[in-house]
Amino acid sequence: MTASFTILAAITVAGMAAAMGLRNAVHCVLALTVGFAGIAALYLQLGAQFVGFTQVLVYVGAVAILAVFAIMMTQSRPSATPAPRAPLWAAGGAVAAAVFAVLAWAIHSNALSVQALPPQPEAAPSATVQQIGDALMHRFVLPLEIVGLLLTAALIGAVVIAMGRREEMK
Amino acid sequence: MTQTLDQIFVLAKHWLLGFLPAAIQPFCSALLSVVAIILVFATLFAITTWLERKGLGRMQNRLGPNRVGPCGLLQPLADGIKSLTKEDIVPAAADHAVHFMAPVLLVAASFLGYAVLPIGRNMVLTNLNAGVLYFFAVGSLMELAVFMAGWSSRSKYSLLGAMRAIAQMISYEVPLVLASIVVILHTGSLSTVAIVDRQAVYTGIWPHWFVFTPWGLAGFVLFMVAATAESNRSPFDLPEGESEIIAGYYIEYSGFKFALFFLGEYIGMFATSAMAITLFLGGWAAPFSFLTWVPSYLWFFAKLLAIISAFIWVRGTLPRLRMDQLMNLAWQFMLPMTLINLLAAGVWQFMPAGVARWPVCAAIVAVPFLLLARGLKQKRKFQLRTYRFSQ
Repeated sequence: MTASFTILAAITVAGMAAAMGLRNAVHCVLALTVGFAGIAALYLQLGAQFVGFTQVLVYVGAVAILAVFAIMMTQSRPSATPAPRAPLWAAGGAVAAAVFAVLAWAIHSNALSVQALPPQPEAAPSATVQQIGDALMHRFVLPLEIVGLLLTAALIGAVVIAMGRREEMK
Repeated sequence: MTQTLDQIFVLAKHWLLGFLPAAIQPFCSALLSVVAIILVFATLFAITTWLERKGLGRMQNRLGPNRVGPCGLLQPLADGIKSLTKEDIVPAAADHAVHFMAPVLLVAASFLGYAVLPIGRNMVLTNLNAGVLYFFAVGSLMELAVFMAGWSSRSKYSLLGAMRAIAQMISYEVPLVLASIVVILHTGSLSTVAIVDRQAVYTGIWPHWFVFTPWGLAGFVLFMVAATAESNRSPFDLPEGESEIIAGYYIEYSGFKFALFFLGEYIGMFATSAMAITLFLGGWAAPFSFLTWVPSYLWFFAKLLAIISAFIWVRGTLPRLRMDQLMNLAWQFMLPMTLINLLAAGVWQFMPAGVARWPVCAAIVAVPFLLLARGLKQKRKFQLRTYRFSQ
Protein backbone atom coordinates (compact mmCIF):
# COMPACT_ATOMS: atom_id res chain seq x y z
CA MET A 1 0.00 0.00 0.00
CA THR A 2 1.79 3.10 -1.23
CA ALA A 3 1.42 6.64 0.05
CA SER A 4 -0.40 7.82 -3.08
CA PHE A 5 -2.91 4.98 -2.76
CA THR A 6 -3.53 5.91 0.88
CA ILE A 7 -4.11 9.57 0.01
CA LEU A 8 -6.42 8.79 -2.93
CA ALA A 9 -8.35 6.21 -0.93
CA ALA A 10 -8.76 8.71 1.91
CA ILE A 11 -10.05 11.36 -0.51
CA THR A 12 -12.49 8.88 -2.09
CA VAL A 13 -13.81 7.61 1.23
CA ALA A 14 -14.08 11.14 2.65
CA GLY A 15 -15.98 12.34 -0.42
CA MET A 16 -18.38 9.41 -0.34
CA ALA A 17 -18.91 9.77 3.42
CA ALA A 18 -19.61 13.48 3.00
CA ALA A 19 -22.06 12.65 0.20
CA MET A 20 -24.05 10.57 2.68
CA GLY A 21 -23.62 12.86 5.67
CA LEU A 22 -24.24 16.36 4.35
CA ARG A 23 -27.71 17.91 4.72
CA ASN A 24 -27.92 19.98 1.53
CA ALA A 25 -28.67 17.82 -1.52
CA VAL A 26 -26.47 19.86 -3.88
CA HIS A 27 -23.55 19.67 -1.44
CA CYS A 28 -24.06 15.91 -1.40
CA VAL A 29 -23.72 15.73 -5.19
CA LEU A 30 -20.57 17.87 -5.11
CA ALA A 31 -19.06 15.62 -2.44
CA LEU A 32 -20.04 12.59 -4.50
CA THR A 33 -18.16 14.13 -7.43
CA VAL A 34 -15.03 14.30 -5.28
CA GLY A 35 -15.49 10.61 -4.58
CA PHE A 36 -15.88 9.83 -8.30
CA ALA A 37 -12.74 11.82 -9.08
CA GLY A 38 -10.88 9.89 -6.39
CA ILE A 39 -11.94 6.58 -7.95
CA ALA A 40 -10.78 7.86 -11.35
CA ALA A 41 -7.40 8.74 -9.82
CA LEU A 42 -7.18 5.24 -8.37
CA TYR A 43 -7.78 3.76 -11.84
CA LEU A 44 -5.03 5.99 -13.23
CA GLN A 45 -2.70 4.87 -10.47
CA LEU A 46 -3.30 1.28 -11.59
CA GLY A 47 -2.27 2.24 -15.14
CA ALA A 48 -5.78 2.00 -16.57
CA GLN A 49 -5.79 5.29 -18.47
CA PHE A 50 -8.87 4.59 -20.55
CA VAL A 51 -11.03 3.55 -17.60
CA GLY A 52 -9.78 6.48 -15.51
CA PHE A 53 -10.55 9.13 -18.13
CA THR A 54 -13.87 7.52 -18.98
CA GLN A 55 -14.73 7.62 -15.29
CA VAL A 56 -14.07 11.38 -15.26
CA LEU A 57 -15.92 11.94 -18.53
CA VAL A 58 -18.99 9.91 -17.59
CA TYR A 59 -19.30 10.30 -13.82
CA VAL A 60 -17.87 13.77 -13.15
CA GLY A 61 -18.91 15.29 -16.47
CA ALA A 62 -22.30 13.68 -17.01
CA VAL A 63 -23.72 11.84 -14.01
CA ALA A 64 -22.95 14.63 -11.53
CA ILE A 65 -24.45 17.25 -13.87
CA LEU A 66 -27.51 15.05 -14.38
CA ALA A 67 -27.88 14.66 -10.62
CA VAL A 68 -27.73 18.39 -9.94
CA PHE A 69 -30.18 19.00 -12.76
CA ALA A 70 -32.57 16.46 -11.26
CA ILE A 71 -32.27 18.12 -7.84
CA MET A 72 -32.83 21.59 -9.29
CA MET A 73 -35.87 20.46 -11.28
CA THR A 74 -37.55 18.70 -8.37
CA GLN A 75 -36.69 21.10 -5.55
CA SER A 76 -38.05 24.62 -5.80
CA ARG A 77 -35.75 25.85 -3.03
CA PRO A 78 -32.84 24.22 -1.21
CA SER A 79 -34.28 22.74 1.95
CA ALA A 80 -32.37 21.02 4.72
CA THR A 81 -33.68 17.51 5.16
CA PRO A 82 -34.02 16.40 8.80
CA ALA A 83 -31.46 14.01 10.19
CA PRO A 84 -32.41 10.35 9.75
CA ARG A 85 -33.59 8.60 12.91
CA ALA A 86 -31.47 6.16 14.85
CA PRO A 87 -33.07 2.90 13.60
CA LEU A 88 -32.41 4.00 10.01
CA TRP A 89 -28.77 4.59 10.89
CA ALA A 90 -28.54 1.11 12.38
CA ALA A 91 -30.26 -0.53 9.39
CA GLY A 92 -28.09 1.37 6.93
CA GLY A 93 -24.96 0.43 8.79
CA ALA A 94 -25.99 -3.23 8.84
CA VAL A 95 -26.65 -3.26 5.08
CA ALA A 96 -23.33 -1.53 4.39
CA ALA A 97 -21.46 -4.00 6.58
CA ALA A 98 -23.17 -6.94 4.85
CA VAL A 99 -22.30 -5.63 1.36
CA PHE A 100 -18.71 -5.02 2.44
CA ALA A 101 -18.47 -8.52 3.90
CA VAL A 102 -19.78 -10.14 0.71
CA LEU A 103 -17.40 -8.12 -1.49
CA ALA A 104 -14.42 -8.79 0.76
CA TRP A 105 -15.25 -12.51 0.83
CA ALA A 106 -15.60 -12.61 -2.98
CA ILE A 107 -12.26 -10.91 -3.53
CA HIS A 108 -10.51 -12.95 -0.87
CA SER A 109 -11.86 -16.32 -1.96
CA ASN A 110 -10.97 -15.72 -5.58
CA ALA A 111 -7.63 -17.45 -5.32
CA LEU A 112 -6.95 -16.89 -9.00
CA SER A 113 -6.78 -13.12 -8.62
CA VAL A 114 -4.53 -13.41 -5.58
CA GLN A 115 -2.11 -15.73 -7.35
CA ALA A 116 -2.19 -13.78 -10.58
CA LEU A 117 -1.10 -10.66 -8.74
CA PRO A 118 2.52 -9.97 -9.69
CA PRO A 119 5.02 -9.25 -6.93
CA GLN A 120 5.62 -5.68 -8.14
CA PRO A 121 2.61 -3.49 -8.82
CA GLU A 122 4.65 -1.81 -11.59
CA ALA A 123 4.57 -5.03 -13.58
CA ALA A 124 0.77 -5.00 -13.79
CA PRO A 125 -0.36 -5.17 -17.42
CA SER A 126 -1.66 -1.80 -18.58
CA ALA A 127 -4.07 -2.14 -21.45
CA THR A 128 -3.69 0.55 -24.07
CA VAL A 129 -6.71 2.16 -25.65
CA GLN A 130 -5.89 0.34 -28.87
CA GLN A 131 -6.10 -3.05 -27.17
CA ILE A 132 -9.44 -2.15 -25.59
CA GLY A 133 -10.74 -0.97 -28.96
CA ASP A 134 -9.57 -4.16 -30.68
CA ALA A 135 -11.23 -6.29 -28.02
CA LEU A 136 -14.49 -4.35 -28.30
CA MET A 137 -14.54 -4.51 -32.09
CA HIS A 138 -13.50 -8.15 -32.51
CA ARG A 139 -14.20 -10.41 -29.59
CA PHE A 140 -16.93 -8.45 -27.83
CA VAL A 141 -18.60 -6.89 -30.86
CA LEU A 142 -21.96 -8.63 -30.27
CA PRO A 143 -22.34 -7.52 -26.63
CA LEU A 144 -21.29 -4.01 -27.70
CA GLU A 145 -23.97 -3.90 -30.39
CA ILE A 146 -26.63 -5.23 -28.00
CA VAL A 147 -25.71 -2.60 -25.40
CA GLY A 148 -25.84 0.06 -28.11
CA LEU A 149 -29.32 -1.09 -29.16
CA LEU A 150 -30.48 -1.11 -25.55
CA LEU A 151 -29.18 2.41 -24.95
CA THR A 152 -30.79 3.67 -28.15
CA ALA A 153 -34.11 2.17 -27.06
CA ALA A 154 -33.75 3.85 -23.65
CA LEU A 155 -32.92 7.17 -25.31
CA ILE A 156 -35.94 7.01 -27.64
CA GLY A 157 -38.15 5.95 -24.74
CA ALA A 158 -37.02 8.95 -22.67
CA VAL A 159 -37.72 11.31 -25.57
CA VAL A 160 -41.17 9.77 -26.13
CA ILE A 161 -42.07 10.18 -22.46
CA ALA A 162 -40.88 13.80 -22.46
CA MET A 163 -42.79 14.59 -25.68
CA GLY A 164 -46.03 13.11 -24.34
CA ARG A 165 -45.91 15.27 -21.26
CA ARG A 166 -45.35 18.35 -23.33
CA GLU A 167 -48.49 17.77 -25.37
CA GLU A 168 -50.55 17.31 -22.20
CA MET A 169 -49.41 20.72 -21.02
CA LYS A 170 -50.65 22.36 -24.19
CA MET B 1 21.66 26.26 -35.79
CA THR B 2 17.99 25.88 -36.78
CA GLN B 3 17.91 22.69 -34.76
CA THR B 4 19.19 24.50 -31.67
CA LEU B 5 16.74 27.36 -32.13
CA ASP B 6 13.90 24.91 -32.55
CA GLN B 7 14.79 23.01 -29.39
CA ILE B 8 16.05 25.98 -27.37
CA PHE B 9 13.44 25.67 -24.60
CA VAL B 10 13.94 21.93 -24.29
CA LEU B 11 17.71 22.41 -24.09
CA ALA B 12 17.32 25.22 -21.56
CA LYS B 13 15.20 22.99 -19.38
CA HIS B 14 17.73 20.16 -19.49
CA TRP B 15 20.55 22.63 -18.71
CA LEU B 16 18.63 23.94 -15.68
CA LEU B 17 17.83 20.43 -14.48
CA GLY B 18 21.51 19.53 -14.66
CA PHE B 19 22.16 21.63 -11.55
CA LEU B 20 19.74 19.60 -9.45
CA PRO B 21 20.28 16.23 -7.74
CA ALA B 22 18.91 13.31 -9.73
CA ALA B 23 16.33 12.38 -7.08
CA ILE B 24 14.20 15.50 -7.54
CA GLN B 25 14.81 15.92 -11.29
CA PRO B 26 11.53 14.37 -12.55
CA PHE B 27 9.51 16.48 -10.12
CA CYS B 28 11.35 19.69 -11.00
CA SER B 29 11.07 18.92 -14.72
CA ALA B 30 7.29 18.70 -14.45
CA LEU B 31 7.19 21.81 -12.26
CA LEU B 32 9.24 23.83 -14.76
CA SER B 33 6.97 22.83 -17.65
CA VAL B 34 3.82 23.63 -15.66
CA VAL B 35 5.13 27.05 -14.62
CA ALA B 36 6.13 27.80 -18.22
CA ILE B 37 2.69 26.81 -19.55
CA ILE B 38 0.86 28.90 -16.95
CA LEU B 39 3.06 31.95 -17.52
CA VAL B 40 2.94 31.80 -21.32
CA PHE B 41 -0.81 31.30 -21.59
CA ALA B 42 -1.62 33.85 -18.87
CA THR B 43 0.46 36.36 -20.87
CA LEU B 44 -1.37 35.34 -24.02
CA PHE B 45 -4.62 35.99 -22.14
CA ALA B 46 -3.44 39.53 -21.31
CA ILE B 47 -2.49 40.18 -24.94
CA THR B 48 -5.78 38.73 -26.19
CA THR B 49 -7.91 41.02 -24.00
CA TRP B 50 -6.11 43.99 -25.54
CA LEU B 51 -6.36 42.53 -29.04
CA GLU B 52 -10.05 41.79 -28.60
CA ARG B 53 -10.92 45.27 -27.36
CA LYS B 54 -8.86 46.90 -30.10
CA GLY B 55 -10.28 44.63 -32.78
CA LEU B 56 -13.89 45.02 -31.68
CA GLY B 57 -13.35 48.76 -31.41
CA ARG B 58 -12.06 48.87 -34.97
CA MET B 59 -15.08 46.91 -36.22
CA GLN B 60 -17.46 49.21 -34.37
CA ASN B 61 -15.77 52.35 -35.65
CA ARG B 62 -14.19 53.45 -32.37
CA LEU B 63 -10.68 53.47 -31.00
CA GLY B 64 -10.69 50.95 -28.19
CA PRO B 65 -8.31 51.34 -25.24
CA ASN B 66 -5.68 54.00 -26.00
CA ARG B 67 -4.80 55.66 -22.67
CA VAL B 68 -2.40 53.33 -20.85
CA GLY B 69 0.95 52.90 -22.57
CA PRO B 70 1.59 53.05 -26.33
CA CYS B 71 -1.58 52.13 -28.25
CA GLY B 72 -3.15 51.13 -24.93
CA LEU B 73 -0.84 48.12 -24.71
CA LEU B 74 -0.55 48.33 -20.94
CA GLN B 75 -4.32 48.22 -20.52
CA PRO B 76 -4.31 44.55 -19.34
CA LEU B 77 -1.86 45.52 -16.59
CA ALA B 78 -4.15 48.34 -15.45
CA ASP B 79 -7.13 45.96 -15.54
CA GLY B 80 -5.21 43.43 -13.47
CA ILE B 81 -4.28 46.00 -10.79
CA LYS B 82 -7.86 47.23 -10.76
CA SER B 83 -9.37 43.78 -10.25
CA LEU B 84 -6.79 42.91 -7.57
CA THR B 85 -7.50 46.00 -5.50
CA LYS B 86 -11.29 45.90 -5.83
CA GLU B 87 -13.41 44.83 -2.90
CA ASP B 88 -14.43 41.20 -2.99
CA ILE B 89 -18.19 41.12 -2.37
CA VAL B 90 -19.94 37.85 -1.55
CA PRO B 91 -23.76 37.93 -1.43
CA ALA B 92 -25.15 37.43 2.07
CA ALA B 93 -27.34 34.51 0.96
CA ALA B 94 -24.55 32.83 -1.01
CA ASP B 95 -23.16 29.43 -0.19
CA HIS B 96 -19.74 30.70 0.85
CA ALA B 97 -17.63 27.56 0.43
CA VAL B 98 -19.02 26.64 -3.01
CA HIS B 99 -18.99 30.29 -4.07
CA PHE B 100 -15.28 30.42 -3.29
CA MET B 101 -14.41 27.08 -4.91
CA ALA B 102 -16.15 27.67 -8.25
CA PRO B 103 -13.65 30.14 -9.83
CA VAL B 104 -10.71 28.13 -8.49
CA LEU B 105 -12.05 24.91 -10.02
CA LEU B 106 -12.83 26.67 -13.31
CA VAL B 107 -9.29 28.03 -13.72
CA ALA B 108 -7.69 24.76 -12.59
CA ALA B 109 -9.85 22.73 -14.99
CA SER B 110 -9.14 25.08 -17.89
CA PHE B 111 -5.37 24.74 -17.40
CA LEU B 112 -5.44 20.93 -17.08
CA GLY B 113 -5.99 20.41 -20.81
CA TYR B 114 -2.59 21.90 -21.70
CA ALA B 115 -0.87 18.82 -20.28
CA VAL B 116 -1.37 16.95 -23.57
CA LEU B 117 -1.08 19.77 -26.12
CA PRO B 118 2.14 19.67 -28.16
CA ILE B 119 3.31 23.29 -28.34
CA GLY B 120 6.44 22.51 -30.36
CA ARG B 121 8.61 19.62 -31.46
CA ASN B 122 9.35 17.62 -28.26
CA MET B 123 7.47 20.28 -26.30
CA VAL B 124 4.61 18.47 -24.62
CA LEU B 125 4.13 18.01 -20.89
CA THR B 126 3.03 14.36 -21.05
CA ASN B 127 2.51 12.16 -24.07
CA LEU B 128 -0.51 10.27 -22.80
CA ASN B 129 -1.67 7.13 -24.53
CA ALA B 130 -5.24 8.47 -24.34
CA GLY B 131 -4.39 12.15 -24.73
CA VAL B 132 -7.47 13.28 -26.68
CA LEU B 133 -9.75 11.45 -24.25
CA TYR B 134 -7.96 13.13 -21.34
CA PHE B 135 -8.50 16.54 -22.95
CA PHE B 136 -12.25 16.06 -23.28
CA ALA B 137 -12.50 14.51 -19.80
CA VAL B 138 -10.95 17.52 -18.05
CA GLY B 139 -12.97 19.83 -20.30
CA SER B 140 -16.13 18.39 -18.79
CA LEU B 141 -14.96 19.55 -15.34
CA MET B 142 -15.66 23.12 -16.42
CA GLU B 143 -19.39 22.43 -16.58
CA LEU B 144 -19.37 21.53 -12.92
CA ALA B 145 -17.52 24.75 -12.04
CA VAL B 146 -20.06 26.77 -14.00
CA PHE B 147 -22.90 25.08 -12.18
CA MET B 148 -21.23 25.68 -8.80
CA ALA B 149 -20.82 29.39 -9.59
CA GLY B 150 -24.41 29.80 -10.73
CA TRP B 151 -26.02 27.82 -7.96
CA SER B 152 -23.97 29.09 -5.02
CA SER B 153 -24.68 32.75 -5.82
CA ARG B 154 -28.40 32.35 -4.95
CA SER B 155 -29.40 34.77 -7.66
CA LYS B 156 -31.93 33.99 -10.36
CA TYR B 157 -29.79 35.58 -13.05
CA SER B 158 -26.75 33.50 -12.20
CA LEU B 159 -28.87 30.35 -11.91
CA LEU B 160 -30.46 31.03 -15.30
CA GLY B 161 -27.02 31.65 -16.76
CA ALA B 162 -25.68 28.41 -15.29
CA MET B 163 -28.64 26.41 -16.63
CA ARG B 164 -28.17 27.89 -20.08
CA ALA B 165 -24.42 27.31 -19.96
CA ILE B 166 -24.72 23.67 -18.93
CA ALA B 167 -27.43 22.91 -21.49
CA GLN B 168 -25.28 24.50 -24.17
CA MET B 169 -22.01 22.86 -23.14
CA ILE B 170 -23.56 19.39 -22.91
CA SER B 171 -25.28 19.77 -26.29
CA TYR B 172 -22.17 20.97 -28.09
CA GLU B 173 -19.82 18.49 -26.45
CA VAL B 174 -21.39 15.75 -28.59
CA PRO B 175 -20.54 17.36 -31.99
CA LEU B 176 -17.18 18.51 -30.59
CA VAL B 177 -16.11 14.96 -29.74
CA LEU B 178 -17.70 13.42 -32.84
CA ALA B 179 -15.97 15.96 -35.09
CA SER B 180 -12.58 15.05 -33.63
CA ILE B 181 -13.18 11.30 -33.92
CA VAL B 182 -12.50 11.39 -37.68
CA VAL B 183 -8.87 12.30 -36.97
CA ILE B 184 -8.54 9.48 -34.45
CA LEU B 185 -10.08 7.11 -37.00
CA HIS B 186 -7.48 8.15 -39.56
CA THR B 187 -4.40 8.15 -37.29
CA GLY B 188 -5.43 5.15 -35.24
CA SER B 189 -4.12 6.81 -32.10
CA LEU B 190 -5.48 8.94 -29.27
CA SER B 191 -2.05 10.40 -28.55
CA THR B 192 -1.76 14.06 -29.54
CA VAL B 193 1.94 13.67 -30.31
CA ALA B 194 1.25 10.83 -32.76
CA ILE B 195 -1.52 12.87 -34.41
CA VAL B 196 0.82 15.83 -35.01
CA ASP B 197 3.63 13.56 -36.22
CA ARG B 198 1.29 12.12 -38.85
CA GLN B 199 0.63 15.62 -40.20
CA ALA B 200 4.23 16.87 -40.14
CA VAL B 201 5.17 15.21 -43.45
CA TYR B 202 5.15 16.78 -46.89
CA THR B 203 4.36 15.83 -50.49
CA GLY B 204 6.37 18.24 -52.59
CA ILE B 205 5.93 21.46 -50.68
CA TRP B 206 2.42 20.66 -49.41
CA PRO B 207 1.86 19.45 -45.85
CA HIS B 208 -0.33 16.50 -44.86
CA TRP B 209 -2.60 18.52 -42.61
CA PHE B 210 -5.95 16.86 -42.09
CA VAL B 211 -7.77 20.09 -42.88
CA PHE B 212 -6.74 19.60 -46.53
CA THR B 213 -8.90 16.47 -46.91
CA PRO B 214 -12.69 16.56 -47.46
CA TRP B 215 -13.49 14.99 -44.10
CA GLY B 216 -10.81 17.07 -42.39
CA LEU B 217 -12.19 20.35 -43.72
CA ALA B 218 -15.76 19.48 -42.67
CA GLY B 219 -14.47 18.21 -39.32
CA PHE B 220 -12.48 21.38 -38.73
CA VAL B 221 -15.46 23.65 -39.45
CA LEU B 222 -17.77 21.57 -37.24
CA PHE B 223 -15.13 21.46 -34.50
CA MET B 224 -14.67 25.22 -34.56
CA VAL B 225 -18.42 25.90 -34.41
CA ALA B 226 -18.76 23.53 -31.47
CA ALA B 227 -15.66 25.04 -29.84
CA THR B 228 -17.19 28.52 -30.10
CA ALA B 229 -20.30 27.26 -28.35
CA GLU B 230 -18.25 25.34 -25.80
CA SER B 231 -16.30 28.44 -24.79
CA ASN B 232 -19.54 30.49 -24.54
CA ARG B 233 -18.42 33.02 -27.11
CA SER B 234 -20.54 35.11 -29.43
CA PRO B 235 -22.75 34.18 -31.31
CA PHE B 236 -23.31 31.45 -28.69
CA ASP B 237 -22.95 33.75 -25.67
CA LEU B 238 -26.43 33.12 -24.28
CA PRO B 239 -25.11 32.03 -20.86
CA GLU B 240 -23.73 35.50 -20.28
CA GLY B 241 -25.89 37.58 -22.63
CA GLU B 242 -25.36 41.07 -21.27
CA SER B 243 -28.72 42.36 -22.48
CA GLU B 244 -30.69 39.44 -21.01
CA ILE B 245 -29.09 38.12 -17.85
CA ILE B 246 -26.31 40.70 -17.40
CA ALA B 247 -23.32 38.38 -17.01
CA GLY B 248 -24.90 34.99 -16.40
CA TYR B 249 -23.36 32.62 -13.92
CA TYR B 250 -20.67 34.97 -12.64
CA ILE B 251 -22.84 38.04 -12.10
CA GLU B 252 -22.44 37.85 -8.31
CA TYR B 253 -18.65 37.77 -8.44
CA SER B 254 -16.51 40.85 -8.07
CA GLY B 255 -12.89 41.86 -7.97
CA PHE B 256 -10.32 39.17 -8.53
CA LYS B 257 -12.79 36.28 -8.66
CA PHE B 258 -14.50 37.96 -11.62
CA ALA B 259 -11.10 38.25 -13.30
CA LEU B 260 -10.54 34.54 -12.61
CA PHE B 261 -13.73 33.69 -14.51
CA PHE B 262 -12.51 35.79 -17.39
CA LEU B 263 -9.14 34.06 -17.27
CA GLY B 264 -10.70 30.60 -17.12
CA GLU B 265 -12.93 31.33 -20.08
CA TYR B 266 -10.10 32.58 -22.27
CA ILE B 267 -7.73 29.83 -21.21
CA GLY B 268 -10.44 27.30 -22.09
CA MET B 269 -10.89 28.96 -25.46
CA PHE B 270 -7.14 28.79 -26.16
CA ALA B 271 -7.12 25.13 -25.14
CA THR B 272 -9.93 24.15 -27.53
CA SER B 273 -8.33 26.23 -30.31
CA ALA B 274 -5.00 24.52 -29.63
CA MET B 275 -6.79 21.16 -29.82
CA ALA B 276 -8.25 22.16 -33.20
CA ILE B 277 -4.73 23.09 -34.34
CA THR B 278 -3.37 19.76 -33.09
CA LEU B 279 -6.12 17.72 -34.70
CA PHE B 280 -6.60 19.48 -38.04
CA LEU B 281 -4.00 22.22 -38.63
CA GLY B 282 -0.86 20.16 -38.16
CA GLY B 283 0.06 21.33 -34.64
CA TRP B 284 3.54 22.81 -34.72
CA ALA B 285 4.21 21.74 -38.34
CA ALA B 286 5.16 24.40 -40.88
CA PRO B 287 2.64 25.11 -43.69
CA PHE B 288 5.26 24.54 -46.45
CA SER B 289 8.23 22.21 -46.52
CA PHE B 290 10.64 25.08 -47.30
CA LEU B 291 9.55 26.87 -44.11
CA THR B 292 10.53 24.13 -41.68
CA TRP B 293 13.57 26.14 -40.53
CA VAL B 294 11.25 28.45 -38.56
CA PRO B 295 11.06 27.16 -34.96
CA SER B 296 8.06 24.88 -34.42
CA TYR B 297 6.61 26.75 -31.42
CA LEU B 298 6.40 29.95 -33.51
CA TRP B 299 4.13 28.13 -35.98
CA PHE B 300 1.97 26.89 -33.13
CA PHE B 301 1.48 30.36 -31.69
CA ALA B 302 0.98 31.90 -35.15
CA LYS B 303 -1.86 29.44 -35.78
CA LEU B 304 -3.29 30.07 -32.33
CA LEU B 305 -3.28 33.85 -32.85
CA ALA B 306 -4.92 33.38 -36.27
CA ILE B 307 -7.73 31.37 -34.70
CA ILE B 308 -8.11 33.93 -31.89
CA SER B 309 -8.39 36.69 -34.50
CA ALA B 310 -11.08 34.68 -36.26
CA PHE B 311 -12.94 34.36 -32.94
CA ILE B 312 -12.79 38.14 -32.46
CA TRP B 313 -13.94 38.70 -36.03
CA VAL B 314 -16.92 36.38 -35.55
CA ARG B 315 -17.79 38.11 -32.29
CA GLY B 316 -17.82 41.47 -33.99
CA THR B 317 -19.94 40.20 -36.87
CA LEU B 318 -22.72 37.84 -35.79
CA PRO B 319 -25.71 38.55 -33.54
CA ARG B 320 -26.58 36.28 -30.64
CA LEU B 321 -28.71 33.18 -31.30
CA ARG B 322 -31.95 32.36 -29.51
CA MET B 323 -32.13 29.32 -27.23
CA ASP B 324 -34.23 27.22 -29.64
CA GLN B 325 -31.99 28.17 -32.58
CA LEU B 326 -28.98 27.13 -30.51
CA MET B 327 -30.42 23.71 -29.70
CA ASN B 328 -31.74 23.14 -33.22
CA LEU B 329 -28.32 23.87 -34.68
CA ALA B 330 -26.67 21.38 -32.33
CA TRP B 331 -29.09 18.47 -32.63
CA GLN B 332 -30.65 18.85 -36.08
CA PHE B 333 -27.66 20.05 -38.05
CA MET B 334 -24.31 19.55 -36.30
CA LEU B 335 -24.98 16.03 -35.00
CA PRO B 336 -26.10 14.54 -38.37
CA MET B 337 -23.26 16.32 -40.15
CA THR B 338 -20.63 14.92 -37.78
CA LEU B 339 -22.02 11.41 -38.28
CA ILE B 340 -21.98 11.83 -42.07
CA ASN B 341 -18.44 13.15 -41.81
CA LEU B 342 -17.52 10.02 -39.87
CA LEU B 343 -18.87 7.97 -42.79
CA ALA B 344 -16.78 10.04 -45.22
CA ALA B 345 -13.66 9.43 -43.13
CA GLY B 346 -14.41 5.71 -43.10
CA VAL B 347 -14.84 5.60 -46.90
CA TRP B 348 -11.57 7.54 -47.28
CA GLN B 349 -9.86 4.98 -45.09
CA PHE B 350 -11.00 1.98 -47.11
CA MET B 351 -10.72 3.37 -50.65
CA PRO B 352 -7.38 2.90 -52.39
CA ALA B 353 -5.11 5.93 -52.17
CA GLY B 354 -5.42 8.06 -55.27
CA VAL B 355 -7.45 10.78 -56.92
CA ALA B 356 -10.72 8.78 -56.93
CA ARG B 357 -11.38 9.06 -53.20
CA TRP B 358 -11.28 12.86 -53.24
CA PRO B 359 -14.51 13.49 -55.22
CA VAL B 360 -16.27 10.56 -53.54
CA CYS B 361 -15.57 11.79 -50.01
CA ALA B 362 -16.25 15.40 -50.94
CA ALA B 363 -19.64 14.34 -52.34
CA ILE B 364 -20.44 12.29 -49.23
CA VAL B 365 -19.94 15.44 -47.13
CA ALA B 366 -21.25 18.14 -49.47
CA VAL B 367 -24.48 16.57 -50.78
CA PRO B 368 -26.00 15.82 -47.33
CA PHE B 369 -24.85 19.27 -46.20
CA LEU B 370 -26.81 20.98 -48.98
CA LEU B 371 -29.85 18.71 -48.58
CA LEU B 372 -29.89 19.10 -44.80
CA ALA B 373 -29.53 22.87 -44.96
CA ARG B 374 -32.30 23.12 -47.55
CA GLY B 375 -34.57 20.71 -45.68
CA LEU B 376 -34.20 22.56 -42.40
CA LYS B 377 -34.89 25.84 -44.14
CA GLN B 378 -38.10 24.56 -45.76
CA LYS B 379 -39.37 22.99 -42.57
CA ARG B 380 -39.41 26.33 -40.82
CA LYS B 381 -42.92 27.73 -40.80
CA PHE B 382 -43.51 31.23 -39.59
CA GLN B 383 -46.27 31.23 -37.02
CA LEU B 384 -47.24 32.73 -33.71
CA ARG B 385 -44.67 31.70 -31.14
CA THR B 386 -46.03 30.15 -27.98
CA TYR B 387 -43.94 30.34 -24.84
CA ARG B 388 -44.42 27.43 -22.52
CA PHE B 389 -43.80 29.14 -19.21
CA SER B 390 -45.22 32.60 -19.80
CA GLN B 391 -48.88 32.01 -20.60
